[in-house]
This record gives sequence, C-alpha cells and structure tokens, in this order.
Amino acid sequence: MVITFSGVLTGILLTPIVAAVIILLLKDESKEQARIVAALAIGFTLLLALGVFFGYNVDEANAAADAGDTYFAYEDHVKWIESIGVSWHLGVDGISAPMVLLTSLAGFCGVLISWGMEDRTREFLAFFLLLVAGVYGVFLAVDLFVLFFFYELSIFPMYFLIVIWGWAKTREYAAMKLTLYILIGSVVALIGLLVLYFKAGQATGVYSFDFVDLHAAAQAGAFDTPFFSGSDATTARLWFPAIFLGFGVLAGIWPFHNWSPDGHVAAPTAVSMIHAGVLMKMGAFSALRVGVQLLPEGAKAHLPWIVFLALINVVYGALIAFRQRDFKYVIGFSSVSHMGLVSLGFATMNVTGMTGAGLQMFSHGVMTALFFACVGMVYDRAHTRDLPSLGGFVHKVPLVATAFILGGLVSMGMPGLSGFVAEFPVLVGLWKGPGFLPDPGWLTSTFNYYGTIALLAVLGIIITAAYILRVVGQVFFGVYNEERFPHVTPITLYDKIALGLLMFWLVLLGVYPRLMTPMIESGVKPIVSMLGG
Amino acid sequence: MDINWFDADYLPWLILFFPLLSFGIIVLFTAHSRILSQVVAMTGVCVAWLLSMIEFIKVVWASDAELGKEVFGSTVDWMTLGVSTFKMGVLVDPLTAYMLLMVPLACLAIFVYSLGYMRGDPHNSRFFGYISLFAGAMLTLVLADNLLMLFIGWEVMGLCSYLLIGFWSHKKSAYQAGVKAFMTTRVGDVLMLAGVGYLFLETRTLSFRDILYDEAVLEKLVNTPSVLFGGSAAALIGVLLVMGTIGKSSQFPLHAWLPDAMEGPTPVSAMIHAATMVSAGVYMVVRMFPLLSAGADFHNGDFSTPMIIMGLVGGFTALFAAVLAVGQNDIKRILAYSTISQLGYMVAALGVGAWVAAAFHLVNHAFFKALLFMCSGVVIHSMEHGEQHAAEHGHDPAPHAEPDGLVMDYVAPPNDVLRMGGLFRKLPITAITMAIGGLSLAGFPLITAGFWSKDEIISEAWHGTTEGYPLALFVLLVLATAALLTAFYTARMWFLTFWGKPRTAAAEHAGEGSQVSWRNLWARLRRRPAKATDPGEQLTALQMEIPLLVLAFLAIFAGFIGVHTDFPLLGDLDNPLHEFLSGTLIEHPPVIDFDWLPVLVSVALALGGLAVGFVLYGIRPLAKAQVDPTERALGPGIWQALQNRFYIDMLIRRYVLRPAEHVARKIVIEDIDKDTIDGVLESVAEGFIWLGEAFKRFNTVVIDGVGDGIPRAIGDFGSWFRQVQTGRIQQYLLVVTLALLIIGALFLIQVG
Repeated sequence: MVITFSGVLTGILLTPIVAAVIILLLKDESKEQARIVAALAIGFTLLLALGVFFGYNVDEANAAADAGDTYFAYEDHVKWIESIGVSWHLGVDGISAPMVLLTSLAGFCGVLISWGMEDRTREFLAFFLLLVAGVYGVFLAVDLFVLFFFYELSIFPMYFLIVIWGWAKTREYAAMKLTLYILIGSVVALIGLLVLYFKAGQATGVYSFDFVDLHAAAQAGAFDTPFFSGSDATTARLWFPAIFLGFGVLAGIWPFHNWSPDGHVAAPTAVSMIHAGVLMKMGAFSALRVGVQLLPEGAKAHLPWIVFLALINVVYGALIAFRQRDFKYVIGFSSVSHMGLVSLGFATMNVTGMTGAGLQMFSHGVMTALFFACVGMVYDRAHTRDLPSLGGFVHKVPLVATAFILGGLVSMGMPGLSGFVAEFPVLVGLWKGPGFLPDPGWLTSTFNYYGTIALLAVLGIIITAAYILRVVGQVFFGVYNEERFPHVTPITLYDKIALGLLMFWLVLLGVYPRLMTPMIESGVKPIVSMLGG
Repeated sequence: MDINWFDADYLPWLILFFPLLSFGIIVLFTAHSRILSQVVAMTGVCVAWLLSMIEFIKVVWASDAELGKEVFGSTVDWMTLGVSTFKMGVLVDPLTAYMLLMVPLACLAIFVYSLGYMRGDPHNSRFFGYISLFAGAMLTLVLADNLLMLFIGWEVMGLCSYLLIGFWSHKKSAYQAGVKAFMTTRVGDVLMLAGVGYLFLETRTLSFRDILYDEAVLEKLVNTPSVLFGGSAAALIGVLLVMGTIGKSSQFPLHAWLPDAMEGPTPVSAMIHAATMVSAGVYMVVRMFPLLSAGADFHNGDFSTPMIIMGLVGGFTALFAAVLAVGQNDIKRILAYSTISQLGYMVAALGVGAWVAAAFHLVNHAFFKALLFMCSGVVIHSMEHGEQHAAEHGHDPAPHAEPDGLVMDYVAPPNDVLRMGGLFRKLPITAITMAIGGLSLAGFPLITAGFWSKDEIISEAWHGTTEGYPLALFVLLVLATAALLTAFYTARMWFLTFWGKPRTAAAEHAGEGSQVSWRNLWARLRRRPAKATDPGEQLTALQMEIPLLVLAFLAIFAGFIGVHTDFPLLGDLDNPLHEFLSGTLIEHPPVIDFDWLPVLVSVALALGGLAVGFVLYGIRPLAKAQVDPTERALGPGIWQALQNRFYIDMLIRRYVLRPAEHVARKIVIEDIDKDTIDGVLESVAEGFIWLGEAFKRFNTVVIDGVGDGIPRAIGDFGSWFRQVQTGRIQQYLLVVTLALLIIGALFLIQVG
C-alpha cells in the first residue's frame, strides 16, 4: 500500500541500521574495516541530508503554510498496521530538515574522532550507528507512532554506550539516571499521545497516529472540547503539560535537567556529542511537534508559565557551569543553559522567536558537539578534567584551543557566528511577546512580563561569557605543566577534519544566516498561525 | 548583477573587506611565516587607507553641490524573520567620511609601528592577524548603515581587545586584564543590545537613514511610552545605548578596565585608546545623537534623559580621571587615565549638545593619544633595555618582584616615571614628538589640535551657562578644572621622563644599543660605523619613528579645520569642519556666537597647568636621591634666600600638591577606586559566585535528592518488603491463615 515513496528519507534512516548489522557480522579483529563501514554509512547519510537540506523547496512550504495545510517534503508514505492506523510515514519540514543535517554532522564527526577507540570497537560502532538511526527516526517521522518507536529506540543503545564505554567512576549511576528520567518522561508523553489518538478518533472517526490526520483533527477542534464531561478543562489544556514536559525532560527543562550533565560527563566523547548535540534537540523537537503544534490552545495556556522554567534553565545552568571544577561538567551545564534558550524561543509563540529557537537548536547542536570533541581531545591527553590542574594547552594542541574558543564565542552570542543569529531573534521575539495576551491577566496588567524575562535572560549571556573565559583561561592559557603532562601527542587528521567541519558550519551560519532562516521560518509559520500570532 | 566596486556606493565594502581578508589569510594560511603575515597585514591596512582616502575625496566633491545631502551607501538583506528583515549595509555621510580620515590612518601608523615594536615576539603573525581583525571590525562599525552591523563590529572589537590585551597570555596579569576588559565592556554591550532590540521592535528597522533622518520615526518614539521604568521609548532606548558607550568608552563606573588594558603590548594600547575601541563608543553616541536628543529642545535648555546622563557621567568622569592621572607613576597608566578623562569631555559635550565639538575632539584625541602611547612604547622599550643592563650589573635592582596576577598599584619598573629622568638625550625624537602630543593633550593655545576642539567644547558649555542651564554650568566647571589638571599631569609626566638627569642606573643605560636613534641612522648614511651595528635595528628605528612624526604633524594641524570663523586671523580658514559635518544632521547645529571669555579661560587653564608643572618639575628637575647640586655651588646663605623665594613653591607643594596627591593616591585610588568601586564590583561578582554555589548545592541536594530519592525509596521499600519472603512454609501458611481469617471476619461483618 504505497501512497508516495521517494526513498531518500527511508535511505537515511535505514543506512545506519544496515551498517550496524554489517559491522556485527565482521570479524572481531577487523576494527579498521568496522570504522570504515561506519564512516561511509554516516558519510552517505550526510550527503543525503545535505541533498535534502539544499533541495528543500521553501516556496512550496510557504504556500502550504499560507493555505493552512501541513507540508512535508520527500515523503515516504506506506500503509503499515492499518488496524490501529499506523503507517510508515516519513517526511521533513522546515524545522526537521536542519535537524537531520545536524544529526548527520554530529554523527559523522563522532565516528571520526573515535577513530582511535580500541575497546570493543565493533560493538561500540554498532551501538553508535543504532543510536544515530534512532535519532534520524524521530526527526523524520510524520507518523507519531514511528516517532515514538524511534524515540525509545535511541535510548537503549545510549544506555549501553554509557555503561560499557563511559567514564568508570559514574557511568552506572549516570546511565541509569538518564534512562529512568527519559523513560518516565516519555511514558507520560505517550499517555498524552494516546489521549490525543482516541480523542481525535472519537471526533473524526478516523483512528490514526499520522501527524497529518491528528493535525487536521486539531484544526477541526477535536482537542478543544472538555476532557471530562461537566468540566470546562479542555483536552488541550489538560494534556499539554504532560506532553510538553514529558518530552521536555529530554530537552533538559528545569527541574528535570539533572540527568543531562551527569549523562554528558559519563558518556564517551562521541556519544556526548550526539547526546548533547542532537538528543536534547530530539526532546525539544518532539515537544514542539506533538505538544505545541497539535495543542495550540494548551500552549497558549501553559507556555506563559513554562517560559519561567526556561528562564531558570538559562540563568541557573550558566551559574552552575561557572562553579564547576570539572571541565566536562562546565559544558554539561552550559547545555542546560543553552537549551533554555530553545524553550524560551518556543514560548515566545511568534515567528521571530520560534525561528530563533530553530536556529538555536542547530547552532547549539554543532557548538556543543564541538565543545565535547575538544574536551575529549584534551582529556585524552591530560587524563584529567580538573580545571586547576590544566593550563597552557594552546601550545600543545592549538587547533583544539581555536575550536574551543570559537565554540565559546558562539555560545556567548558573538555576532558573525551562529550563536548570535540564533540568540538575537529569540531575545527580540521574547521582548515582543506572543501576539495575544497571556492567560492570567496579572501577567500583563502589572508589568511587562515578557520584556522582563528577556532582560533577565540576557543575564545568562553575560554569565556565559564569564564561565567560557574562565575555562579558556584555565585550560588553554596560562603555564603548561611539562612535568605532569610530558608526552602530548598532536591531534590526528581525523580529529582535524571533524573540528574543521563543525567550525565551518558555525561560521557559515553566522555570516550567511539566510541559508537556514527561510527554511526554519517556513516550518514555524504553520505553528504560529495555529497559535493565532 | 553588475556592480562597479569603485563606485562610491560600493567602495566602502572593499574598505572594510581588506583588513578582514588579511585576518583570514593570516589565520588560515600564513600563520607559520612571520614575514608573510606582516606583508599581508600591511597590504590590507594600506589598501583600506587608500580606498578610504578615495572615498573621502568623493564625498567632499559630492558635497560641493549641497553639503552633506549626498549620502553614499548600499544594503543587502541578511536575515529575514517573518515580517522582520535584518539588513547589512554601508553608509558614508560626512560624519563617516570624517572618521575615515582618522581610523585607517591611525591604524596604518600603528601597524607600521608594530612592525618595529613586535619585532622580537615569537607570536608575531598571530599579533598581526588580531590587529587586522581589530582594524576591520572598527571599519565595519564606522561604515555600518545600521545598528546591527555597528553592533557586530562593536562586539568583534570586544573580542579583539580580549585577545590582544591578554596577548601575552603566559602572564597571569595580562590574561586577567583581558578578561576584565571583555567582561566589563560586555555589561554595557548587553544593555546596548537590549536597546537595539527594543528600537527594532518599535521601528521595525535599524537603519540609520530610516531612524535618524526621519523626524516622523523619532516623533513616534518620543510619543510611545516605554515598556519599563516610565518615560518615553526614545529615552529608554537612548539610555540603554549610552550604557553601551559607558562600557566601551570606559566611563564611570565601568572605567576600571582601561587602565589595566595596558597589560597588552603598547601598539595595542594605541589601538584601543585611539583608533578603535574607546573611539567606537563615542562614535556610536555621536552617530545616534538625533535619537538621544529626540524630543528635547536642548538649544533652549530642555535636555533629554540620555543627554542629562551623558552630561553628568561624562563630566564627572572627565574630572575624576584627571585627578587620578595626577597620582600615577606608571607612564602608560597616566595616559590611560587621561584617555578616560578626554572621553569624558566628548561624552559631556554631547550631553550639552555640542555635537560637532564632540566629533572634532574624538578625531583630534585619536591622533595625539596614538602618538603619546607610541612614544611611551619607545620609552618603555628603551627603559627595559636599561633595566636589563642594570640587573646584569647589579645596580639598584627593581624595588618589587613582579606580582602574580593583576595588582592595582604595582608599577612595572620600566614604566615607572620616577625611575626615569634625562631620557631626552637618549631619545630626542621621541621626546619632541611626545612633547607635541602632550601639548595637544594639554590644549596648548593656537598651535595644537587639542586646543581647538577642547576650546570648542568649553565654549559650548559656556554658551549654555550664559543661557542659565544648570547642566551646562556643571559641565563647564568640571571640564575647566579637568583642563587645568590635564595640563599639569602632562607636564609632570614629560618632565619626569625626559628632563633632568637619570635617576636610576636603568635610566642611565636606557636605550643603550637600542634602535631608537636618528644619530645612528645619520651615521649610517654617512657610512660611519654606527653605534648599533645590526642593520635590522636601523629599520626598526625608522618603523617606530616615522609614525611618530606623521602623528605629531596631525596632532598639530588636524585642528585648523575647525577654528571658529570669528577667531582673529585663523578664522579666515573658514571652519570647514562645522559646515561639512553639519550635513549629517537634518537640523544643522547652529554655530554659537564667538566669545572671548571661554577662549581666554581655556588658554589660561592650559598655560596655568603647564606652568605649574614646569615650575615643579621643569625648573628643578627631580634629582637622584634629592641631592641638589645648586645647594652646594651657592652655599647655604644664598641657598636659604633662594629657598625663601620659593616659599610659594613650597606652599604649593605642601598645601596644594601634596594634599592633592594624597587625595588622588590615598583617597581616590585606594579608597574609592580600589575599595569602593572594585569592592562593589567584587562583591557583586562574589554574590554571583555565592549564588552559583548555592544553586549547585540546591541542585545536588534538593533536585537530585528528589530524583535519586524516589528510586532509593522504592529500592528501600523493596528490600524491606523482601524480608516477607523468608522461604519458610510455616510462616507463609501463618500469613495465609491470618489473611483468610481477616477476610472471613470482614465478610461476616458485611453479611451480618
């Protein structure tokens, strides 16, 4: 029952899985072959992702958005389990296309920088490829059952990657913590999703997990009826927090953020890159797709207080990052802080802020992958991440220092780099506020709620500059301890390619944001028009 | 699209492009080669300078028809978000053209100087890469046609200042100073960004042409109530923008970074203090003046909120920093405080509406301050040599060990003016050019550029005072007092450095074998054996001294373009600057009536300050260990009489100068600057650190406590419950029996 099938997206999704199987079939000693297979597989998906990214037709998307339709490009739509309305439906819109590109970039660079990994290489790469496939699945899924399937699928290799190859000191604790947090969050979100499935089915008579059908039901007002008869709480209002925060756990929203720094730190470098760079975006993306886009009335009722949690994320994460002694924890908490900006962008509920959030997802993904790559390279050489014992590494690994400083500048919003083109619209959008009055009247009657949040969020950017400069000073500048770190090897060619590739995108997007903004905007527009902004 | 890049509309893109290109090439390709990097950097800045000159001439020619109405520029879309489009564009109007006269030339001079100064540095290429980026960012800022692009240049400069102040990053104090500069200015930057964002939301544009040249837009901003703190939107935006300048241009209370910024190499100090960084802050408020003064009729004494803030902050800073400069012994720190003070003049000038005067002083100051810093660099280089010699031979060693980290009152021995003296003979060219720069700074009447611009500011403040505006009176009083102090500390610095006899062995051996001597060059030309035989060193001498001469020329002559038309004799020059610059504003600023009184006051203050300095340090230069040779020669009788003639000297010394120095050093530096301001800044910082720590604890104890507590509770419950499963059949049977009994009892109660 093929409805449409272009095959590109299915190709992106299945390539890593096939490669994982091939790698497991290889002999135990053939580590190099395993690496080559992994790099070729993800490299191939990177090319496909680039093709999708540059082939995406923004005009068509905008036309569909203006007409009030959903729009997905490169659709693969095959009927699957018809009895419960599940289909193999993949597609990309303006928000997910950059995410797919981000995943392939982080995955490709992750394979490159773990080239030197000698401990059970085949298994590591197989799990890694499976993880990447899971992430692809979430970003590509149009059918929400498929989305959920891959959401869970990506957690399981993550657990093993951390427990087996992680930092011996905390890996068991961190892996368990991460899995529990994310699983509980996803179960809550799943219950919300099932509610939507049945509500939409009752209203329209079509029981389907397909986003397009659910979206049509939402437009027809299926979720705006009272959930319990006799109560005035609508389905949207009641279930929005469950779905948004359930997925939001993976986006590190306060106070459910603590799995993330522990997980980032315990994970091996390549996994941290995917973990902080892409996995957290998966949470934010799902919260946006399932939560905000299907339940606009719920978003309008609840985002005005959730924005406050996001603000806490930004400032709180930055302050804690400032006080860390462990190099990797600094970056871990910086992710908590920066993901707050994504949530802040969603909460603006206007095109400017949400486009900024989309840019921030991409920018932060590349930036934090770069950060973790740098941390890993320093750790591999110093065998410590204790900040006061490091110093002077600019002389030993200059490219790593350059990359880290560039990433730092991105994270503090330096104009000319991608962080600025992401953060500036978020803050402008936040200052502007949503196109309607937030629900509780006191929010706007007494003072400028959104404007105040914007000013306070700016505080986070100042603190970001402080902790980045502190870390740069402690790790890369200052005096190098020759006695403690006598033999430092230079970084490999693979490392250089990975760093260069990531840096290239940060600069490219900063100088030429029009590469991505129209696309993200075309994905954001339908959401904002449903929000009435 | 067919673009003629040499068209005046597009040429500005090339001006800013070339230094940025140099940066890219150096960082990516030539970092390994010192010579290549220098060539690339020099080419970039030279091309930028040449193109700027071409652009400037085009503007002047175009202005002949109707002055200033012809504005060149072009824009491209940069980022579109919904209905909002952010654009990038360049604009050359008379104000920009005037800046183009200064910025590339000052940069070029500093680049040439750096060739010599950074000669021995192992990271030479990196240095030239960074300063190319610095120059490119400043040109981006100056040429921008909108606030967003200006802000990009602004922030990139902040980055460059961080990289360059901390250039010698192995020195802890240098790195700390870089961070301090970056963080302090960033506080202002972020507030400014908030202002930029707010402006964008109100007007939907950031273009100067759409905002500043459109009275309707300004009118609308004035009539919109602001979102915070009451007042109008225009006032809030203006105040936020001024905050940016307070950080960038080092005004009170965000001034503390600039004196420490001298931790960077001296050409960097010249770059920061003159051509780029701090000038950018003032340039921004000069550029945005129509917005800052919107809704206020300042010609009739009605000042807008941003103007009042500028008047108060600028005026206070001018005086405060001048007092501080008097109490410094570090040659670069004296200059740093003087920069803060002079920037205060410009900001205060804008506060009372002296727009043209502020721009005029900005450019003049850049010329003479770059000159002064580069001279001080030569002095320090030469003293370093002397200190090294003295240390090798065990003559009076440096009094303090170099501290670990940034210490406020530590003076590096080669920078200490008290350890100098008599350097005139070693460094004649430097001494003369530095005297020219110093006279310009002090506002020596008629022949220096500094006099004309400073006089114009004071005249405008005087004009306002005669009209009875309290703000103008305040500005007049503080600026006049500061002018007196400026002249005095300039004289003190120069005489202590160059005059008299060397006071230490280091000064005695200063510059020995060093490159800076025309005599060597002259000897070389006449094929006589020179003192220094390395031919490279002769080149260095040229590289470091030619820029001094060029800037010395400008420190004198850059002022004649702005002489008031009613000034006797020199007025015939016609004051082209005022007419030219006025074209930038919609409403031409009126030329105030010429008044002798403020001019005479300016002259008196400058000469008075210089005279006091001369009497105290010039007539009787400070001697080594205070053994005065005159006393021995004349005998005690005459000496006593002479002494009595100098009662006035003594009185000044005892009752004016010493208390003043005491106030400056003890109270202002130690108590206010170090304890109060740094104390406040430190306690704010500590507050944040404390908060971070508290959050960290909270995060571990409460949030993780709950997060870990629930699983632990479940686990504990499980292990407690496990005890039930003992494996003894008897116990199981007992439980089953008990349960059956209870259920049976309940059943009976229900039924019965």
